[in-house]
Amino acid sequence: MERAIVLAASAIGAGLALIAGIGPGVGQGFAAGKAAEAVGRQPEAQGDILRTMLVGCAVAESTGIYALVVALLLLFANPLINLL
Amino acid sequence: MEGFAINGPRIVTSFSLFGMKVVITETVTHSFYIVVFVFLLCLLLTHKMEKLPRKKTQVVAEWAVTTVDNLVENTMGKSCKKYSPYIMALLVSSALGSLISLTTLRSTTADLNTTITWAALTFLLIQYNGLRTKGLGGYVKSFFEPVPFLVPLNIISEFSTPLSMAFRQFGNIAAGMVITGLLYGALAAFTNMLFHIGVPILQIGLPALLSVYFDLFTGLLQAFIFSMLTMVFISNARDEEPDAV
Repeated sequence: MERAIVLAASAIGAGLALIAGIGPGVGQGFAAGKAAEAVGRQPEAQGDILRTMLVGCAVAESTGIYALVVALLLLFANPLINLL
Repeated sequence: MEGFAINGPRIVTSFSLFGMKVVITETVTHSFYIVVFVFLLCLLLTHKMEKLPRKKTQVVAEWAVTTVDNLVENTMGKSCKKYSPYIMALLVSSALGSLISLTTLRSTTADLNTTITWAALTFLLIQYNGLRTKGLGGYVKSFFEPVPFLVPLNIISEFSTPLSMAFRQFGNIAAGMVITGLLYGALAAFTNMLFHIGVPILQIGLPALLSVYFDLFTGLLQAFIFSMLTMVFISNARDEEPDAV
């Protein structure tokens, strides 16, 4: 019974953790939009803009990746189940 | 219903060395495949080099080296050109480590140990550069920068840099692996449900589209981003303006 509760709570927690995906989604979308604007204004700098945008997107992504790591831990390497 | 599990890297063998248990996992063996592959590739590409390149292999080798040299020079400045071998090594081992999943082997970068090791190397380089360019006094002072009250936060942010780099690469590749695995499981279940046959024919073709994104695109992009961030952080730590390009 306890085990079932912990497993269910972990599954729900993993789902809730991925709500954090909203943040990086908005952030990356914003970055991509600004990059599109920049390319429209200065098409010859496309390579530089693309490179900067990719690095910026990668940094913006990290909060989402933290959430993903938490979710993966809860689903596949659950530390809580060993505490019972 | 058949179980579907995402496992860590399989343990190939384990032995004890000086009282410590040493575990050799799939990640280690696959990394050695990559090392051997890169070594053979280097031998092939640089075989019988001439001053004026006439063979295609030498042209390819020169192109690769010049591209990375230029990238390092543009991002870090002329004084940091000595880091281009490190960046090249990171790029190649990271890209191949992710692309090895195309040969049904497990990606080496889908293991946190691999990415943490690379991030630790980068962390050491960042601290070394900070110490060397600022001197011990300036290095210690940089932790007290805006206000002395923020010292703990500065130290945490120093350590969170390599951690976030490692988690980023691991998270992206591992997530791709999990999603592709889930899709395979779902397609097998669908075939069983729809046609009542054991052969999962729906698995033909469909996952390839996803694989192009998760294996090819993400793998190459993360390799690029990891080396790009390494360059940016190292040149930031050097505390000097990159030379005008």
